[in-house]
Amino acid sequence: MYIAIVFLPLIGAIVAGLFGRSVGAKNAEYITCGFMGVSAVLSWIAFISMGFGGGEGFHVEVMRWMTSGDLQVNWQLRIDTLTTVMLVVVTTVSTLVHVYSIGYMHDDPHKQRFFSYLSLFSFAMLMLVTSNNLLQMFFGWEGVGLASYLLIGFWYKRPSACAAAMKAFIVNRVGDFGFALGIFAVFVLFGSISFDTIFANAPDFLNGGNGEPVINLFGLELSRQGALTGTCLLLFMGAMGKSAQFLLHTWLPDAMEGPTPVSALIHAATMVTAGVFLVARMSPLFEQAPVALEFITIVGSFTAFFAATIGLVQTDIKRVIAYSTCSQLGYMFAAMGVGAYGAGIFHLFTHAFFKALLFLCAGSVIHAVHDEQDMRRMGGLRKHIPKTYWTMVIGTLALTGFGIPFTLIGTAGFISKDAIIEASLMADTPLAGFAFWMLVIAAILTSFYSWRLIFMTFHGKPRASADVMHHVHESPNVMLVPLYVLSIGALFAGMIFKGFFFGHHYEEFWKGSLFTLPANHLVETYENIPEWASLMPFLAMAIGFVVAWYFYIRSPETPRRTAEQFWGLHRFLLNKWYIDELYDFLFVRPVKRLGTFLWKQGDGATIDHYGPDGVAARVQDITGRVVKLQSGYLYHYAFAMLIGVAALVTWMMFGSAIQ
Amino acid sequence: MTDWPILSTVTFLPLVGAALILAIRDDNEIGRRNIRNVALLTTGFTFVLSLLVWVGFNTNEAGFQMVENSAWLDTGISYHMGVDGISMLFVILTTFLMPLCVLASWESVQKRVKAYMVAFLLLESMMIGVFCALDIVLFYIFFEAGLIPMFIIIGVWGGPRRVYASFKFFLFTFLGSVLMLLAIMAMYWDAGTTSIPELLNHQFPASMQTWLWLAFFASFAVKMPMWPVHTWLPDAHVEAPTAGSVILAGILLKLGGYGFLRFSLPMFPIASNELAPFVFTLSVMAIMYTSLVALMQQDIKKLIAYSSVAHMGYVTMGIFAANVQGVQGGIFQMLSHGLVSGALFLCVGVIYDRLHTREIAAYGGLVNNMPKYAMALMVFTMANVGLPGTSGFVGEFLTLIGVFQVNTWVAFFATTGVILSACYALWLYRRVIFGALEKETLKSMLDLTTRERVILYPLIALVIFFGVYPTPVFNVTAASVDQLVNHYQAALQSAHDVATSIK
Repeated sequence: MYIAIVFLPLIGAIVAGLFGRSVGAKNAEYITCGFMGVSAVLSWIAFISMGFGGGEGFHVEVMRWMTSGDLQVNWQLRIDTLTTVMLVVVTTVSTLVHVYSIGYMHDDPHKQRFFSYLSLFSFAMLMLVTSNNLLQMFFGWEGVGLASYLLIGFWYKRPSACAAAMKAFIVNRVGDFGFALGIFAVFVLFGSISFDTIFANAPDFLNGGNGEPVINLFGLELSRQGALTGTCLLLFMGAMGKSAQFLLHTWLPDAMEGPTPVSALIHAATMVTAGVFLVARMSPLFEQAPVALEFITIVGSFTAFFAATIGLVQTDIKRVIAYSTCSQLGYMFAAMGVGAYGAGIFHLFTHAFFKALLFLCAGSVIHAVHDEQDMRRMGGLRKHIPKTYWTMVIGTLALTGFGIPFTLIGTAGFISKDAIIEASLMADTPLAGFAFWMLVIAAILTSFYSWRLIFMTFHGKPRASADVMHHVHESPNVMLVPLYVLSIGALFAGMIFKGFFFGHHYEEFWKGSLFTLPANHLVETYENIPEWASLMPFLAMAIGFVVAWYFYIRSPETPRRTAEQFWGLHRFLLNKWYIDELYDFLFVRPVKRLGTFLWKQGDGATIDHYGPDGVAARVQDITGRVVKLQSGYLYHYAFAMLIGVAALVTWMMFGSAIQ
Repeated sequence: MTDWPILSTVTFLPLVGAALILAIRDDNEIGRRNIRNVALLTTGFTFVLSLLVWVGFNTNEAGFQMVENSAWLDTGISYHMGVDGISMLFVILTTFLMPLCVLASWESVQKRVKAYMVAFLLLESMMIGVFCALDIVLFYIFFEAGLIPMFIIIGVWGGPRRVYASFKFFLFTFLGSVLMLLAIMAMYWDAGTTSIPELLNHQFPASMQTWLWLAFFASFAVKMPMWPVHTWLPDAHVEAPTAGSVILAGILLKLGGYGFLRFSLPMFPIASNELAPFVFTLSVMAIMYTSLVALMQQDIKKLIAYSSVAHMGYVTMGIFAANVQGVQGGIFQMLSHGLVSGALFLCVGVIYDRLHTREIAAYGGLVNNMPKYAMALMVFTMANVGLPGTSGFVGEFLTLIGVFQVNTWVAFFATTGVILSACYALWLYRRVIFGALEKETLKSMLDLTTRERVILYPLIALVIFFGVYPTPVFNVTAASVDQLVNHYQAALQSAHDVATSIK
């Protein structure tokens, strides 16, 4: 069954991709959607039997991959609660996106290719979440990167799409650089990269040895504690790339060049959460590396804040949601950093529903207004596309965390995000206060930009041309049904699963697939949070909503005036903190210059000039002179002979005399 | 099967084909067609025969197998052939690439077809001989003799600067080989034999090892090629005809790595150990430097040539890490690079045949009218980048994990190659394949023909197969590599013991 879950999408991808022309576009759609659907149903069965049944974790053998000395790597599926949670997220969202795409890509001539890529992505993502060793995870990791590259660049005729695709792949590779080194370090420390061995040895790892260095990492002689910290930081670098955390986030907004269903599936619900999954999966290591966890907390909570500030001023509807994703991923990492793994994965789970919902709604809007993505040319769409409007409002309520304080009644985001914010205050780390306030401020900003999006798009007067407004139409049912399903998830997923992911049933549910030290009681203690603090997320949400309402409904003049008043700040945010420009200045241009320099000066002017060309030139010089000696005049030769004879005679006379 | 000299048969069968071709007149179309057919049949049959070597190969046996030994020249030098786990797969790689090369030259080579095919068959024979030779003089003869057909192939059927390129190629490699010849004589003088299995068990004095190592290094480093003696390669590749590039990148470069494994590491372990940091430095330089240079190339073939240098950097690095992962990774990387770079050059050949230019700027938007080609090139580009699931990844990963255990800084810098390779490969792909089809000259270009598909599709299948299931390769190499590494460690240990006991 598990093999079917993982490999059905691959079969779909192959059929649609290689035999797309012979099976036809319609059939390719049905085949890929069908296989994905079966996979999703099986995933839910697996999830329920694993999380709520008595099943222990186990693994399914597929085949050998590589064996080299002590290094043994097999293709294996690791099935435990963490895996099944991810299976459910991936297959459910993927199926809905497949179905939605039938409508969204209706007019595209390359449907087979699109569906093939989507299924290929799903397969790689499933390989990632089911992997039983770091290398297979890396396979999935790069596989989703490839699929993302292909899908961002799907409309290859647009130069911006090609550039964005490349950027995504390369920035991810920077993260993978760290990930790969992390894998090597794990192999040196544990002698294996299989999760079974690592997790079996991890709890006692720090107790072993006698403080002597176990690894020399980049010139540092590291003890076991230090080695673990270094390894975790390297692994986390991979996570930062894939999950678009601060400094390696630049690819995600550009990735919005891809078709909108892709953004929903890859750049909101699944692939970008792989980094969070990595940290959760490797929790036995991270949990014992407090320095690495602190770093994660800083990066996560700062990203949550940073991305939200940029989201405030963006005008492209998809980019706003993209920055929102970036920010929400920051929340998840903050949860990981403070040791609330359950809360982080819970937010991953709920976020997948409401963020996919928001993206698909955005797609529906874009579809309605003829591929317009700029919110400044929308407005007043509420009456024209009411179903999209209401589902999008549900998504926004979930994202901003709407619910009734002090109860467990509320949207998905209310439950999961508040759990993170509360856990971040109660955590037993020096950074708890910093994380808490960062996340609360980010929550205000989140609420503001989310409602700004709704108000700018659906309320007020239409700003689109009359011609466009005339053609605005609600999307077909094949696109709306996925929205309804996701809406249900966005509303209720929080309330239903709270107790299991991060609450009273924590132990029975996770069955040890998330590792926490005995000293980590966050699951129980975070409930004892002071009342003011537990009210903060709700207040943040309310403040953001009111300000957005004032800015965009009450007095639509205010945004422009504020922007003029703080024009410096506004430009700074509008240009995304100038990070792209900084990278261009720091890396892109110097690397190109260096490349040219090494080619022309290094290879051309140095090696070749002094090497072969130089030698050849010297040889020619010398032979040229030798040639000149052959003048052809008899008296030249006779003269040379005479000198020779004279020299010989001289030598015979004096040479022998000296002896 | 035991009595039948299968290695000699595989080695010299191409010469039989060459003799047949010499008998055909190539002044009319039918004659030329016959020449091509004979060449294809010969190489194909050689490939099938060489598979028998794999079938008959005993994977548990670490030493040499299918040994043939007979006296030759009456001087102690003997005709001695055999394969072990390290060399066997290179034989298969050679015989596998050859039919593809003949097919790739089917239409693009129209002048002097006869001489061209003869040169290729000669080259094949010499290269198989290098991998099978178990006598160091025999090895040297094959090693050097292989230069001549390649020199001619580049010099006669090459591009506009073919003469410069072929001389540069010849002089560079020849200069290195001369030093190797001196070293071979010194080895004979010290050990009293030219038989490789015996030399492997001979312990050379430590002081001598360094000089011998350096002399061999000069030859193999040029072949590899390692930085900074790599500059002949881009020129040679650019000027060589497509099939020449394939053989150059696919097989000839591997002679260097094979030499390191056959001679430097096992015969001069002490010197290898002492000079490993030197090799690491050059390897890391190669990876970073040539990747950066590759980034800025405007000629497709030159770009791939530079990327080859970078990939060979992983090989040398892995080999001199001298642990199982490093050495096996090095071997795998060579085999995989033989497939991938060969395939990439074949892909360049496809569009070169249509447009007769290799300028990147002349292309763009090919995906619109050549979707199959775009797909094939995507697979090979990703394999070149080292995407897991393709064969390129396995070698890269193993060499890196091997060297990480020895020196983390080397691994650190070498891993930057992972980022840089993505940069140059994807940028190339974007400029050639993606975009709108705007250039008039490109609009009439047709997608892959049946012949081109027959060439490229098997390569795609193999690249993916060995990425997902590399076990067949590891099965073959494991025993020999284990022995090599153990032998190496033991030699170091005993040298260390001697040193401490003297103190």
